[in-house]
Amino acid sequence: MIGVEPGPAVEPILAAHDVTIAYGERRIVSMANLPVAGGERVALVGPNGAGKSSLLRAMTGVLHPVSGEVRLCGAPISTVDRGTVARTIAVVPELMQLPFQMPVHEVVALGRLPHEPPFTGLRPIDRAAVAGAMERVGITQLAYRDVRELSMGERQLVFIAVAVAQAAAILVLDEPTAHLDIRHQVDVMELLVDLNRRDGTTIVAVLHDLALAAHFFPRIAVMDEGRIVADGPPAATLGADRIRSVFGVDPALVRLPVGAA
Amino acid sequence: MTHVTASTLAPDLRPGGVAAWVRGRPVVVAVVAIVIMVISVVLGVGLGSVQIGPTETVGVILWRTLGLRAGLDWAPATEAIIWDLRLPRVLTSMVIGAGLAVAGATFQGLLRNPLADPYVLGTASGAALGAAVAVLIPIQIAFLQFGLLHGLAFAGALLAAYVVFRLGGSGGPGGLTRLLLTGYAVGSVLAALLTMAMYVSGADLRQIFSFLLGGLAGASWPRLAIAAPLIVGACTLMILRSPVLDGLLLGDQAAGHLGIDVRRERGILLALASLATAAGVAISGLIGFVGLVVPHFVRLVVGPAARRVLPISAILGAALLTAADLVARLVGDVPVGVVMALLGAPFFLFLLHRTRSSYEL
Repeated sequence: MIGVEPGPAVEPILAAHDVTIAYGERRIVSMANLPVAGGERVALVGPNGAGKSSLLRAMTGVLHPVSGEVRLCGAPISTVDRGTVARTIAVVPELMQLPFQMPVHEVVALGRLPHEPPFTGLRPIDRAAVAGAMERVGITQLAYRDVRELSMGERQLVFIAVAVAQAAAILVLDEPTAHLDIRHQVDVMELLVDLNRRDGTTIVAVLHDLALAAHFFPRIAVMDEGRIVADGPPAATLGADRIRSVFGVDPALVRLPVGAA
Repeated sequence: MTHVTASTLAPDLRPGGVAAWVRGRPVVVAVVAIVIMVISVVLGVGLGSVQIGPTETVGVILWRTLGLRAGLDWAPATEAIIWDLRLPRVLTSMVIGAGLAVAGATFQGLLRNPLADPYVLGTASGAALGAAVAVLIPIQIAFLQFGLLHGLAFAGALLAAYVVFRLGGSGGPGGLTRLLLTGYAVGSVLAALLTMAMYVSGADLRQIFSFLLGGLAGASWPRLAIAAPLIVGACTLMILRSPVLDGLLLGDQAAGHLGIDVRRERGILLALASLATAAGVAISGLIGFVGLVVPHFVRLVVGPAARRVLPISAILGAALLTAADLVARLVGDVPVGVVMALLGAPFFLFLLHRTRSSYEL
């Protein structure tokens, strides 16, 4: 693995420090700490409403915490300009809209917006990045298809290709495998591992499927009721007791890879 | 311009057929549009109730712009017709046609609504009410032929758009629908006030009515000199911002992650589109159709990417309004909006019907 193993000596590339998020009176995230070192692969899991997506939004700079702060390469993310954030963090949001008619390659090219110098349009390097991203995600054969004709799974791959074309050091995904069948889920996971290993891309993903998370991610952060209740390798974080207490299900229903539970 | 070329993507994947060929070559489309525009302009200057030959026309233009006599001679009346009447009218129609088409394309993209036109934020009712007030109050001031009517129409359009944006532009989920409905509601109030003004206007009704119909008969150099910089400037800025418009297609959240300040950019684009609309409305009244249909026509040909739709809409909007105004003049100064709707709408219907792939914004 090319990526850097997390350790106290490594300055995190992206870190949440005591982040608290509230909408009005309602507290969504309480004092969350999540330092992510460059080259790590981190899965954020937890029941619905645990605050995963909110924490992710704070860590990508679009949601301002009421207290605490998010640091990007050591600088408070609120002080980093949008363009730099967009060139450093690519996000596959939970909701992306594709109701308009456009060929796939043009949609993927939107991922180059943060890199394009103003007023020039796509340069050869941008075109190469678009073609490269589509090939990497395996959607080259869809290049000229209208995005509205695609299946949910194919659309999700297009969103991921947009983020890959963005060529950022950090890739953040909010439930990238929702709407996907098992085959596509595994494909996406393998793609993330590949991006992490070959390019050194730091991956932070919210996942619902604990088995997938445990199998493909060496580090799992578990959130419950706005707090990070466990953070570490799957074997330490997804024990039977925690699955029962956090997710409220019989651990026997969750089949984790051997050695994880 | 923005498409990935065949050299980076497998060429055999590229769809075949004429439509796909055209779509992949926005520059060709732009050149064709420019040719159409030039033809409209040349015909627009040359044709009219008084026939003037092309040599004399070019001679007058060269003389007045560059001071070249070129050994030609013409009657003073000819010079007046070309230089004082036809040329400013043609240039005004070009500028306004381009402005309305780009504003319409921007509103449609920004509001994600195919029925949006330059008047969607209440600018039409605001301008008309301003004009009606100017007609009704018994004061006449004029600066360089830019009278109270033009000034109040301009102010009314901008004010209406501002009020709509302040009341309905808070964004968030469902924000676009809220903005559209606010535009409709504010527009309704203004339209009611306009109806009231028309009801009490008595003999001035005709003047208000002619503003509502719109037309380019009032075009002159001084009016053009005030409106053109505003419209051309606003359109240029909108065209330069078209990548942002494309990014916004992915939704506010995703656009934010691409480094776009969604609230700010949406405000700027709405302001620019409203400015272009208001400046056009101020000197030519309410001209419909161009702003709604030209962007759709362009999208049918080159696809929905704003970077292609906006500049080509500008060229084609200029060509269409110039051509329509020429026809309107030749058949005896009927309102240009009538000409455009009567000739343009059936053609647009035909095109809509012919396009095989389903069309959405």
